[in-house]
Amino acid sequence: MFRDSSIIRWRNYSDRYMLEGYECTNCGKKYFEKKGMCVCGSLDFNNLSFCGKGKIVSFTKIHSGPEVFQEQTPYCVGIIDLDEGARITAQIIDSKYKDLSIGQEVEAVFRKFYKSGEKGVIHYGTKFRPKF
Amino acid sequence: MAGIIGFGAYIPKYRIKAEEIAAVQNANAEAIKRGLGLTEKSVPGKDEDTITISVEAARNALARAEINPREIGAVYVGSESHPYAVKPSSAIVAESLGVGNDYTAVDTEFACKAGSATIQINAGLVDSKMVRYGLSIGADTSQAEPGNALEYSAAAGGAAFIIGPNEEALAIIDSTCSFTSDTPDFWRRAMQPYPSHAGRFTGEPAYFKHVVGATKMLLEKTNTKIEDYTYVVFHMPNGKFPMNAAKIFGVTKEQIEPGLIVTKIGNTYSGSSLLGLACVLDIAKPGDKILMTSYGSGSGSDSFALTVTEKMVEAQDRAKKTQDYVDRKEYLTYPQYAKHMETIH
Repeated sequence: MFRDSSIIRWRNYSDRYMLEGYECTNCGKKYFEKKGMCVCGSLDFNNLSFCGKGKIVSFTKIHSGPEVFQEQTPYCVGIIDLDEGARITAQIIDSKYKDLSIGQEVEAVFRKFYKSGEKGVIHYGTKFRPKF
Repeated sequence: MAGIIGFGAYIPKYRIKAEEIAAVQNANAEAIKRGLGLTEKSVPGKDEDTITISVEAARNALARAEINPREIGAVYVGSESHPYAVKPSSAIVAESLGVGNDYTAVDTEFACKAGSATIQINAGLVDSKMVRYGLSIGADTSQAEPGNALEYSAAAGGAAFIIGPNEEALAIIDSTCSFTSDTPDFWRRAMQPYPSHAGRFTGEPAYFKHVVGATKMLLEKTNTKIEDYTYVVFHMPNGKFPMNAAKIFGVTKEQIEPGLIVTKIGNTYSGSSLLGLACVLDIAKPGDKILMTSYGSGSGSDSFALTVTEKMVEAQDRAKKTQDYVDRKEYLTYPQYAKHMETIH
């Protein structure tokens, strides 16, 4: 469910702004989102900074998104395998839907997510664009 | 003095041709293009603003500097289009770069020279050893009222420079000086969405008086001649003004054209002269001398003399070059442009 909260977004600045994730200290599996437990059963993780390079696993075009994204509609969203091994869902920008393909190389960029109304906070974070 | 230890540029992908705007303004596109000396301009993406432009330029600068962002002690973003009236662009940019918390930051405003002035501030901080490195950025998503002549040139883009100790510099700042006066040529009142200007008054008593004044001052201060410089960059509100300033000093085409980015992307306000500087740093060789003079309405010019060092050779290829962004483009129609600029929703 979409929740428009500047505080919730602020708690995630390090991962949304700088693409920081987690690496299991036992098996080395990497995650973008924080996990309570690794698939190997370990509860211990180290912080990790992803380099921002990856490949598209799948993608789609959103015609009817949350109200705060209306300015950007239609837009593309994809599942991306980062070079380090973690998987992330993110907006793919600076490309038409017809020009995207599975396996295409993409790179992370810092962009505006949305504005909370006319008076609210502007939210920023990581999106991806085709590598050039 | 201190020097530039890293530099980076960013220009959005989108463009609009003068013909598209002229069709809406019922104007003669060929006459406009001849008059302004440009054919198209860059336009921000729907999710781009001064902060996102600053971040990408700064990340390119960090890649060239090869330093830990936590060693940056000062972050300044100069712009006429800070997304917030109250909330610093500089803190958001620093957070996205991982600068940490041990730094000073402020957003600056002096029309189109808000960025170049921060290079002088950071050079002072570095030379006085108050900080080891300082980040200076000039970026804009330039405002222009629909229907105004500015609409043909007001563009989006920016450049970032990390200022550090002389011995680490890719280009040493040999000298800098400023020429400033109270001149009512171009302004934007509080709460107004678009700037106003005084038409032809923006030329002789404004742009030329200050650009020529600061450049002469720098040449005298450094005891150099214009022909001593490999490249010369003057602020670029359009394609004509910097070329006319070049004629005054006898600057050759070979000196001015490599930095004349306005003809390809338009006037990026606070990013304008700094993007011109990034263009020439992209191709400069050790020993090359660069003269750059910015201009900010209101009015003032900052002039810089720089000498490129041996360290530049390896640094140039560590990040995307300005030309990479110039070459990447997608044209918009006027209605698409209006949506990008949020004049229609």
